[in-house]
Amino acid sequence: MGRYILRRLLQAIPVLLGATLLIYAIVFALPGDPIASMYGDKRAPQNVVDVMREQYHLNDPFIVQYWHYISGVFQGDFGRTFAGVEVSSIIGSKFQVTLNLAFTALVMEAVIGVGLGLYAALRRGRAQDTMVLASTLVLISVPTLVTGFVLQLLLGVRLKQSTGIEFFPISGVADGLHSYLLPAFVLAGTSIAYLTRLTRTSLAETLRTDYIRTAVAKGMPRRRVVGRHALRNALIPLVTYLGADLGTLMGGAVITETIFNLPGIGQELFRSVYERQQPVVVGIVTLLVLVYILANLIVDLLYAVLDPRIRYE
Amino acid sequence: MNQSTPPFPAWGIPDPVRGVTGTEPLLAVDDLHVEFATRQGTVKAVNGVSYSLNPGETLAVLGESGSGKSVTAQAIMGILDAPQARIPRGRIRFRGTDLLRLKEDARAQVRGRRIAMVFQDALSALNPVFTVGSQIAEMFRVHQGMSRRDAEARAVELMDRVRIPGARQRLHDYPHQFSGGMRQRIMIAMAIALDPEVLIADEPTTALDVTVQAQIMELLAEVQRDSGMGMILITHDLGVVADVADKIVVMYGGRIVENALVHDVYRTPAHPYTKGLLESIPRVDRKGRELYAISGTPPNLLDMPPGCAFAPRCPYRQDNCTTEAPPLYRIGSTRGSACHYWREVLDGSHG
Repeated sequence: MGRYILRRLLQAIPVLLGATLLIYAIVFALPGDPIASMYGDKRAPQNVVDVMREQYHLNDPFIVQYWHYISGVFQGDFGRTFAGVEVSSIIGSKFQVTLNLAFTALVMEAVIGVGLGLYAALRRGRAQDTMVLASTLVLISVPTLVTGFVLQLLLGVRLKQSTGIEFFPISGVADGLHSYLLPAFVLAGTSIAYLTRLTRTSLAETLRTDYIRTAVAKGMPRRRVVGRHALRNALIPLVTYLGADLGTLMGGAVITETIFNLPGIGQELFRSVYERQQPVVVGIVTLLVLVYILANLIVDLLYAVLDPRIRYE
Repeated sequence: MNQSTPPFPAWGIPDPVRGVTGTEPLLAVDDLHVEFATRQGTVKAVNGVSYSLNPGETLAVLGESGSGKSVTAQAIMGILDAPQARIPRGRIRFRGTDLLRLKEDARAQVRGRRIAMVFQDALSALNPVFTVGSQIAEMFRVHQGMSRRDAEARAVELMDRVRIPGARQRLHDYPHQFSGGMRQRIMIAMAIALDPEVLIADEPTTALDVTVQAQIMELLAEVQRDSGMGMILITHDLGVVADVADKIVVMYGGRIVENALVHDVYRTPAHPYTKGLLESIPRVDRKGRELYAISGTPPNLLDMPPGCAFAPRCPYRQDNCTTEAPPLYRIGSTRGSACHYWREVLDGSHG
């Protein structure tokens, strides 16, 4: 088991290197000049441009620039923005916000998605089942952009206007967990819908297996048949989905963070791409890749816990 | 073959095989009908099946896939797939009580505890994510409220009883870590955990290789001898039946076509289908010759032919077979055959 984890972590190194190279190249290929963009409408003084181009190695060929960057990374230096701020300090403070948002969303997704899925699976073909299916379809069809603004308006602004109580803050992170509730729900929306459907199918399929028939024939009460014998097996695909979804949630936070004005890495990423802050973009995306890799590793390890037929070495 | 003109018996009501003692049998299925609602229409899987079982007795239910033999067993257990399955008619009396009229919680008292079942493919019938120990111990914990430790001790005893080597060490192993034969032993251990009065074994040896088949049959026979329970052995393998069964019921197209004491069937089958089955058993003294096979295919349960379901495949077929469904004619006190021409079949068997 330990060797397996080590091997997986070693495998992550080339993946991360590849990811940085790719992202570096993509930002490099973007049109526009980073120094010019700092000056907005005004024209940048030539001597400043010359100094900065030299200082940030912008005159070197692409691969040399990348080399400067990646060798810095290995020495713990993730580079600086063109304004001179260290990238690691920018990411450090913003990463926590996105992590909070993504984990709140993940918990909501797991609780609501699995809960609704079970509810529908146990009432298959009845009105409640159809209602759950229809509402998930709506959730899947409407883009985050729309649900975000609509919920912000209804549950944030209007509800406060009519009751005088602020149920859901609509901007910033000043209220701690409370301020994450609405954005997390918006972020998790589509995933909740997919997970609901996946749970419903998974449980319904498990309930048709031979070993469930055996459990019934053994005279086990229905609660035990569903809650223990079926659920434990039905959970396996759900854990995969949830694990893979953590990466999606963190990456998908760009829109949600913008709507609710949360100072996370999504917002930062958007701005950095705009300003061509190469080290920031590469840093953030590589971090997201790392999260993805770790989440997948945890999922694979959880497999072995949930399903005794799977063993690593 | 002998196909002389037969007498024309009247339509009768199928008669269950009565116990030798004549008292109330342990389990009696009476005129059972089971239907399944499907998109293509109503599948009539069981059409008026009656049989009975006494304590200590083994009843073999024989038939090919789709003959209704497993569905009948599932109806007895009360594990038919709801809501597609329906029982429009019939009774299943267990020690005099009609199980079909019991409320679900009363039915659950019987299920697993007094009537237990062993399934065909133990790999898929055991839950892959729980240890075999916990799956056996569950019987004691749920039904008798036993503590985990006591229940596990009982599980080890049971695993010893079904002769699983190193039972104590294997308690915490998972089903996939056992061989096919050992898995089936675990199924049996689970089924006999609470000393049921009736054990239904649904093709318990079909998924196993031949040497293991014999061991499992031996084990079942031994367990039954020790406990005196009644056993219903569902199979499509006539070879398995001869050694262990006391009486036999042959099913075809959801009906009983022949019932008899087991040695009577082997000596002189009274239904063309049974006869065909017996003749299709490979025999050493006929080595090199082509194997006999019953021609044609089993009936489509969605579209049953009028008259006798076996008629399209029957070598004894006469004109009336396709129009008049034969009742289960009584032949003596322990026998019945659902064939208008059972006499001819019987004579043919003698000759």
